[in-house]
Amino acid sequence: MTARARVAVHKFSSCDGCQLAFLNLGPALLDLAAAVDIVHFAEAGPVDPEAEVDIAFVEGSITTPEDAHRIQTVRARSHHLVTIGACATAGGLQALRNGEDLEAWLGHVYAHRDFVAALPESTPIAEHVKVDFELWGCPINARQVLAVTNALLLGVTPSDEAEKVCLACKRAGAVCVMVTRGVACMGPVTRTGCGAICPRFGRDCYACYGPAEGVNTRALTTRFEGLGLAPEDVARRLRFINNAAPAFREAARTVTGDD
Amino acid sequence: MELDHAGFLPRERLDALIERLAAGGRRVVGPVARDGAVVMDTVHRAAELPRGTADTQAPGAYRLGRHDPASPAAERLFAWANGPQGLKPLLFAPQEPLWRSVRDESGSLRFEAVAPDAPAVAVLGARACDVAALALQDRHFLDGPFVDPHYAARRGQVLVVAVDCSHPADTCFCVSTGDGPSVSAGFDIALTELDDGYLVRAATAAGREVLADLSLEPVTAAHRAAADDQHHRACERQSRALPARNLRDALLDNLEHPRWDDVAARCLACGNCTSVCPSCFCHAEADTVSLDHASSEHTREWDSCFTQRHSQMHGYKVRPHIRQRYRQWLVHKLGTWHDQYGRSGCTGCGRCITWCPVGIDITVEATAICTDEGSP
Repeated sequence: MTARARVAVHKFSSCDGCQLAFLNLGPALLDLAAAVDIVHFAEAGPVDPEAEVDIAFVEGSITTPEDAHRIQTVRARSHHLVTIGACATAGGLQALRNGEDLEAWLGHVYAHRDFVAALPESTPIAEHVKVDFELWGCPINARQVLAVTNALLLGVTPSDEAEKVCLACKRAGAVCVMVTRGVACMGPVTRTGCGAICPRFGRDCYACYGPAEGVNTRALTTRFEGLGLAPEDVARRLRFINNAAPAFREAARTVTGDD
Repeated sequence: MELDHAGFLPRERLDALIERLAAGGRRVVGPVARDGAVVMDTVHRAAELPRGTADTQAPGAYRLGRHDPASPAAERLFAWANGPQGLKPLLFAPQEPLWRSVRDESGSLRFEAVAPDAPAVAVLGARACDVAALALQDRHFLDGPFVDPHYAARRGQVLVVAVDCSHPADTCFCVSTGDGPSVSAGFDIALTELDDGYLVRAATAAGREVLADLSLEPVTAAHRAAADDQHHRACERQSRALPARNLRDALLDNLEHPRWDDVAARCLACGNCTSVCPSCFCHAEADTVSLDHASSEHTREWDSCFTQRHSQMHGYKVRPHIRQRYRQWLVHKLGTWHDQYGRSGCTGCGRCITWCPVGIDITVEATAICTDEGSP
């Protein structure tokens, strides 16, 4: 990588929340700005969507024909492409419409359906172009952004934080909400990175960081049923922010019997 | 069980003991009921301890409750088994920096040790299982050719005030491992909680110094009888057991037992068991480099043999499947630990049973794999 790397932050179908991870860096944002040239980041100021860059961060999923075309351009003009967040990495919450009747939904939601160009499914970036690294989370956080940027600047493979939330929960000294209260916590199948923020504040993990490595979703869904959840409630735990992530999608199908 | 007690401390005078433990600025860590569990935290007065608190533990379940107000246990402060953690996090830090490197003006790297955070601590309420596990951690971190300086610094600052276990949980099995329910070694001070106070004994000079001017009352024959009776009842309450103290050969002879597939189907590989295990010591290390690349910090954190990275070698995962990870944990803990440390790595605390989100029971799995009862 050149001495001074060029960075772009692109947005596709998303809520913009992951881009805030950059703005939430605080003083570290000044360090980042000193280390790289941020050439395109519409939410923060600089606009040059066509720029060739060393690192392109991509937020959002592909849901429109325009998205599908534009991601090809971004890929062609970026040395490294890093997806940020659940939308870009797994299709996002909006992937709940996948497999549903798109025309019917459009008719219900929009006054003038003709103005909406939508693809049949919301899909992750990796289904369209090669992705060099994925940051999971809804939203991602500043620590993840700094770690991946710094790794790429140093020329090393970024660390893939794929273990389960439970380990961070235990390191933080939090008391297990599932064992003490019998609530359906997704921590045992969810990827780390959030710092176990929900269990540390006494609520169950809802898997906003997506599936961890080596998950046993069957063991957890069986346990949820044992805690009193009906199969459709178990499926709802899986069909949420990362509903289109294969591990969760397949597990939900198994629970509801929609094979 | 014959114990050499120095004296009796009425319950209303427990604050005097806490004051002496806190002398010289020592932080006193003891049990408090919080977040639905008995957790270890800083305490200043006996009134903060979990008076009348009871716990109900089962595979994958832990609930706090109250002892019957009419029963003597309602006034007791230690009438519960154990919480999610004991001594381990105080000595083997869940996450800590070990060293850092700094690039100087000439461009060369300078390496600096990070001094461990090691304040003086007195731990009130450690149970026999945790005190036995502390000895195992000592063996690992202190007794080899390379002493771990961070663990050693904290270990030298810890005063252990143990309490004999009077109310084991349904998940406890320390009798079968030979480590409890009463404390026999490895403490500075040990207490036996009775209905009206504490039998107190010291095992080290530091412990005797704390007790020196506490004006303990003489121990009566009735006290001794009550303590003895309580010890026997605590032993009898334990329904779980490992099939033997040494399962090394039985495990190594059964590495292809079908039960490994059975448990792998139920296991989440979430690492809760190893995190709550008082003897598990595995850790991972990583570097964080500053954005200007002028310095980096090398940190250590708890790892687990249930994670993929634990068996990650260059381009190769040694244990990609949950079956292999569970087997690695059990065979090491109950088997090859004997080769390494001269005994089993399990002290019967039962935490891996209670805090497993799906309630996998180490005693049931070990029995199925190591005995005829579990033959395929």
